[in-house]
Amino acid sequence: MRIVAVCGLGIGTSIILKMNAENALSELGIDATVEAVSVAEIRRSGQDADIILTTPDLAQILVGFTAQIISIDHVIDKQIIKEKLEKALL
Amino acid sequence: MSSFAEGSLAVAVAASNRDEAIVASGQLLVASGRVTPDYVEQMLAAIEEFGPYIVIAPGIALAHARPSEAVLSSGLSLAVLANPVEFGSHNDPVRLVFGLAAVDHEQHLGVLSALAERLSEPSYVNNLLNASTIEALAALLDFERAE
Repeated sequence: MRIVAVCGLGIGTSIILKMNAENALSELGIDATVEAVSVAEIRRSGQDADIILTTPDLAQILVGFTAQIISIDHVIDKQIIKEKLEKALL
Repeated sequence: MSSFAEGSLAVAVAASNRDEAIVASGQLLVASGRVTPDYVEQMLAAIEEFGPYIVIAPGIALAHARPSEAVLSSGLSLAVLANPVEFGSHNDPVRLVFGLAAVDHEQHLGVLSALAERLSEPSYVNNLLNASTIEALAALLDFERAE
């Protein structure tokens, strides 16, 4: 399974999302890694992603992907990320 | 050296809108030797291009641009605004504006992780908002030395 955290430039918000998502996945007992990428990178290489984690405003511009898009308002809120991943995966 | 270098912090910063708030955090990156003034322009261009998603949690923005020649070393800054400003985000209004400079996609991960961990505690965020001096702010942000 390919999980990708996306933000505008791939170095700030997506990094925080990646770290919190990996913690949540490990707590859920799911063995998966999360890549942090920019919007440009996901457009280049994201067609095979299964799940895209991003923020609500970026979710609106990420169209044309088969991946399930999970949008996260508060990227530092680990509990919300865990709940959304749990709902999507289990 | 701390990720928050000398000159990277300010309290009671006057900013009346989103761009002034971003410029404030960018100028602190310039003042602390992390970036050249070009980077501040790139920070403004980034939010124009991608929108206000950099407001990562209620009241907290992480302003940055992509790694470029304008970045001299990786590091952070923090401008605590005197009055909250609107970024056009669901997490408005913003009073804590962090500036991030990254030389690549790797070097700053540890500190960003530690910072995000701290910012997930509401009491910690309140302490940052209530810090009245740069010294108080520096003490709160000096979490690397303890590691």
